[in-house]
Amino acid sequence: MSLIKVAGLTHSYSEREVLQDLNLSVGRGEVFALIGPTGAGKTTLLRIIDLLEVPGAGEIYFDGKCIPRSGKQRLEIRRRMSFIQQKPQVFNLSVYDNIACGLRWRREEKNKIAEKVDHIVEMVGLEGCKNRNARTLSGGEAQRVALARSLVLEPEVLLLDEPTANLDPVSTDKIEQSISYIARQRNTTMILATHVMSQGQQLADRIGVLLNGRLVQTGDAADIFHSPQNEEVAHFVGMENVIEGVINESNEGIVTVNIDGNGLQAVSSYPPGKRVYACIRPEDITLLIADSYQQKAVRSSARNSFQGKVSRVITIGPLSRVEIDCGFRLVALVTKMSAEELDLQVGREVCATFKATGVHIMERKAS
Amino acid sequence: MTEIWDGLTKALELLISLDPEVLEIAGRSLRISGSACLLASLICVPLGSVIHFHHFRGKRVLINIIQTLFGVPTVLVGLFVLLLFSRAGPLGFFDILFTPTVMAIGQMLLIIPLLLGLTISALSGVSKEIVDTASSLGASGFQTVGLVLREARYAVLAAVILGFARAISEVGCALMVGGNIRGATRVITTTMSLEASKGELALAIALGIILLFLALIINIVLNRLQQR
Repeated sequence: MSLIKVAGLTHSYSEREVLQDLNLSVGRGEVFALIGPTGAGKTTLLRIIDLLEVPGAGEIYFDGKCIPRSGKQRLEIRRRMSFIQQKPQVFNLSVYDNIACGLRWRREEKNKIAEKVDHIVEMVGLEGCKNRNARTLSGGEAQRVALARSLVLEPEVLLLDEPTANLDPVSTDKIEQSISYIARQRNTTMILATHVMSQGQQLADRIGVLLNGRLVQTGDAADIFHSPQNEEVAHFVGMENVIEGVINESNEGIVTVNIDGNGLQAVSSYPPGKRVYACIRPEDITLLIADSYQQKAVRSSARNSFQGKVSRVITIGPLSRVEIDCGFRLVALVTKMSAEELDLQVGREVCATFKATGVHIMERKAS
Repeated sequence: MTEIWDGLTKALELLISLDPEVLEIAGRSLRISGSACLLASLICVPLGSVIHFHHFRGKRVLINIIQTLFGVPTVLVGLFVLLLFSRAGPLGFFDILFTPTVMAIGQMLLIIPLLLGLTISALSGVSKEIVDTASSLGASGFQTVGLVLREARYAVLAAVILGFARAISEVGCALMVGGNIRGATRVITTTMSLEASKGELALAIALGIILLFLALIINIVLNRLQQR
């Protein structure tokens, strides 16, 4: 049974609908990532789940019980959860008092509090500044205080809103490690809002894509990243090649999609005449240089190969993003080394190949 | 010119010799204004929290009225208290007119708007995120108010100190309801006004120096608080 269930949730801030008819359930011990661009409504959803806000419409169930819209029961349930906000807000108190306050509010014994706080302080590596005023800490340290303050409560549910936004890669790593450690060790249920796709992919059991206040798609990482349900999701999850076409023919589960006169083969069960999008992840495209490919006359199992000219090359770190004009626009991701060896420059003739199984076909709704 | 000079030297003599009358008057001033300030704080900090944390119709208007009363003339408060506690007045049966008690009540009423207004603005200075963080960490309504007061403690304390400063430096109300009775209700400001009009500059100047000195201390403490 699901621990948290949200049904028909709708919420608006002065006329603007932030969440629309949202349904979601998260099982006990599950790590659920909520991905979506900023302004999609992730924070609002987390705030409503943490019972900080009362939704305009819809119900929230915790452990099978429907939560009332007001009253003492909300505090009791809120005390079983903990919410780590995007911008850590530390209180103008010592680090120790910051971490202890949640326990004090729960009227725990003094000795027990000291024991728990000391333990957690050590875990997040803040031993040195236990007695310092938390306002004097750096951003990364403050984030750790916020994390410790929540973890010390040993919540059943941990809600995390962009826990690594504004952090350097090392701190991000540390936080991510602690999150997955807690998820495994304590079997804590987590809902993690993030706009970083890879974070959702790494940490979560299941991912939900939130776009413009609607939960567009939920599923495991493979589902979301390789079979997005519509164009919006595809764009958001980094499916850079989303090409419009119409299915020409269908033969034993392989379809040919007509894209401005070019035939592209893919695995799909849609019938001919269907208006579709063909989605190809840029890292699934292999580039060949025209002459070497003719000389060696290698035959490939890849069903698709298109001749074109390089129209743009952008190198970021070890990878190069190559745009090719082959009647339609294709984006390929290759290593910087390959790009240099093949001398991929603007105007260069290349051949882009990819497998029919690397193409995800989705229906194009009449716009 | 010699008059002023004479007054100043005599005043210093009074201060250095710890003249009993000077000490008595200064002590009474501190006691009356101190209790006025304490009472006002006990009323205003909780009341200010109630006003800040509740949403109700006319809240904005109420806060505007409170802020307008920051500068209420001391003589107006004096008149109000005089009418209230005079024999024929509604609270006349207390029979406390021309006593330090009624002076403290008058000064308390005088500084309540200031303390209330500044408490509310001190609490408004605590961000909504802090309030949300407290709630999400499991604070009840009361516990949240407690935390917010703690967050705003320096600003609230500054409000209390400003209230004390206004109480101890006012003369109108103390004169009207206290009556400036020697050995009973004479405070620094009322004594200064009386002595100066009598041409007795020494005592007036000595008390003036004490008042200035108190203002200096208050200023230093406030500055310290604002740096936190």
